[in-house]
Amino acid sequence: MRDAGLVAVGGALGSLGRWGVSHVLPTDALWHWPTLAVNAVGAFLLGLLLEFLTHPGEESRRAHTARLLLGTGLLGGFTTYSAFAEEMWEQVNAGASAAALGYAVITLVLGLLAAAAGLAAGSALRRRGVAAADDAAVPDPAVPDSARQETAFREPESHDGAAHVSEQDRSGHDDAVAP
Amino acid sequence: MIAALAVALGGAAGAVLRFLVDRLISSRQKRPFPAATVVINITGSFVLGLVSGLGMVLGPEWTLALGTGLCGGYTTFSTAMVDAVRLARERRRGAMVTVVLGTVLWSLLAAAGGMSLGSSWVS
Repeated sequence: MRDAGLVAVGGALGSLGRWGVSHVLPTDALWHWPTLAVNAVGAFLLGLLLEFLTHPGEESRRAHTARLLLGTGLLGGFTTYSAFAEEMWEQVNAGASAAALGYAVITLVLGLLAAAAGLAAGSALRRRGVAAADDAAVPDPAVPDSARQETAFREPESHDGAAHVSEQDRSGHDDAVAP
Repeated sequence: MIAALAVALGGAAGAVLRFLVDRLISSRQKRPFPAATVVINITGSFVLGLVSGLGMVLGPEWTLALGTGLCGGYTTFSTAMVDAVRLARERRRGAMVTVVLGTVLWSLLAAAGGMSLGSSWVS
């Protein structure tokens, strides 16, 4: 129930955002900048979000909330496949098949590149977060950079530790909230 | 104001519907494959075509709620692209090409079918 509520709120906001963009960017019968823009931007941001939240083992409550609210809800609602399909068909209908093919190719190539860039950016951000956490745990300036990176890559250990901490945090928090 | 409310409510309903359909389909799968997103995008394109075809009957507010809101919120381009890149990363290039090209072609046909069905009801 809570999950569906998060998706609903995100979906409403994402759809409003997409609708807003359609009023700002120019569009005509043969070219649809708003759809292209929301889809490319949304693909990048979803890749970034999902990769950033990727975590070995069970998903934390915080990551779960972020994924449903921002990923499934907001970015899922912000981007659209149906408008893309309909606009292609309108182009074909208007006798502009070449424009439809161009629109399809540009949308898909841009979307795939954006998603790949987002995934790469997300994993870089995540690694930096893990490295920063390790640095904070062992503030030893004598450790050379290369060795520090090595600890950052030993993911299972550090992640397990983090998972236990958040598990305890969570139960403590829940107790405090319960009436 | 009513227009924004129509988009927001439709978008919320569409996103929840996608969430439920995705769960339903993904829970029946053994091998990870983005079948749910493919089904969602093709069916959503059909319904959007239908809504646009029926536009004269539905009126502007209902077209916004069902088209821009519901169908826009239900279908997702971002998930389709992230799914495709993940398939490529797993070296399942054939699956990736099938999913990307299959979705775009079938969505186009679905939108066309929905639109002609909708306009034939109107006239």
